[in-house]
Amino acid sequence: MTDQTALKYTAEHEWIAVDGDIATVGITDYAAGKLGDVVYVELPDAGSTLTAGTVVGEIESTKSVGELFAPVDGEVVEANRAVVDAPELVNSDPFGAGWLVKVRFTALPGDLLDHAEYRALTA
Amino acid sequence: MSDHDVSDHDPNPAFERTSPLDAVHRAAGASFTDFAGWQMPLRYDSDLAEHHAVRRSAGLFDLSHMGEILVVGPEAAAALDYALAGRLSAIAIGQAKYSLLLARTGGILDDLVVYRTGEDRFMVVANAANRDLVAEELRDRTAPFEAEVYDESDDVALIALQGPASLAILTETPGFGVPGPGNDVEDFREQAAALKYYRAFPAQFQDEPVYVARTGYTGEDGFELYLAPEVAPKLWEALAETGGSRLVPAGLAARDTLRLEAGMPLYGHELDRETFPVQAGLGRVVALAKEGDFVGRTAVEAGPPAGARVLVGLAAEGRRAARAGYEVFDDAGADAAARGTVTSGVLSPTLGHPVALAYVDPELAEPGTALFLDVRGTRIPAEVVRLPFYTRA
Repeated sequence: MTDQTALKYTAEHEWIAVDGDIATVGITDYAAGKLGDVVYVELPDAGSTLTAGTVVGEIESTKSVGELFAPVDGEVVEANRAVVDAPELVNSDPFGAGWLVKVRFTALPGDLLDHAEYRALTA
Repeated sequence: MSDHDVSDHDPNPAFERTSPLDAVHRAAGASFTDFAGWQMPLRYDSDLAEHHAVRRSAGLFDLSHMGEILVVGPEAAAALDYALAGRLSAIAIGQAKYSLLLARTGGILDDLVVYRTGEDRFMVVANAANRDLVAEELRDRTAPFEAEVYDESDDVALIALQGPASLAILTETPGFGVPGPGNDVEDFREQAAALKYYRAFPAQFQDEPVYVARTGYTGEDGFELYLAPEVAPKLWEALAETGGSRLVPAGLAARDTLRLEAGMPLYGHELDRETFPVQAGLGRVVALAKEGDFVGRTAVEAGPPAGARVLVGLAAEGRRAARAGYEVFDDAGADAAARGTVTSGVLSPTLGHPVALAYVDPELAEPGTALFLDVRGTRIPAEVVRLPFYTRA
């Protein structure tokens, strides 16, 4: 069980778990709930270089298309193949098995939100 | 993540209205969407689960936002023959008919279901967004006739029970009867079981009137139940209790994927005032053979401009769905000109592959034609297929 209070968040409804220079990125339960049942996930390949703020993937539900933005600068070290094969993990466990990519980051943006700030944003 | 919602949100609702079932939906944990100024359930838990439940068992929909407009009087039938594209005078009491409200220019102002509830009484069911327009047009068009138009939408709730288990659930639910001495439940069960598609009969639920129609918008067997708003929560709860695990509440998200699989047009997507019925595959809905004039007759007889695009079904492989507004090409080349536009698209939950409705140039409309869908910059091969995508067994 991921401790959501220890995560960082973006205003684009992504969460970031930082461990050393590796950031694990997913979308929040709020975003997953807004999307509805996720049926397709496209993620950047391992080895690709990310620039914070650019579109790097897609998350589709029956009703909506969501774009995944890179929340940090860095290099993708792993994309979650389990989510590509079973997109419903984004709904059932957005903070756990539904994680999307792990990125070796060079710098974290200064405008990331903490848990309380993110909850205030989505209240 | 940024969310491009492709549902039918009105970005600037002038006011927000709630269904008489609002408290029931909130208690059930629904998430809501704005639809034509109404706060209506989008989904309860999972739109996919709700979709599959309707295909396999049954789902319960709140459609109280739809418009119910009565046309009453000795010339009501003749008035509707003039006002609408169909020959409503030809339908029997207790029969329903899908029809169109046409503009004088031949385009579609709304698609409707009209019930003949008596010799001189009709109930016109309009899309929520078009309710005022339909009532206004009907008043104008029927003015020369001995007929009155009453917009009863605020006094009518609508619950749709859809799916193969619908009849069993309806007839097992306690409290139903037919009007008259004894309020007989056996009579109700017999009439419900014998009811044909697009037929309806007046019944009672807990001694309150409910109009029971075998109609729907999901491609499944099912019933639509018209009744007073204050009775709707009791009926909803009774059906839910009887249905048990066979029945789930279903929101507008599931309704949209179900109707799309069934190839049914949605106003504002496949139909609008620029689109002639024949373009939408609804030429048969226009009764050109009927006697007398009707609004839009001259224009639909002349037909749309040469080369006007026509509605087709498209099936693709993979999992990426084309959405409303995406362009259709007959060539994978990047400099090819668009030959059509998608009006609705989804990864079909039942079929497991993407389906879409699209308007394409008429020479590309033949089933089997190979086309390409531009899905956010990627050309995805698709094939024109016959509608509907899904037909119940």
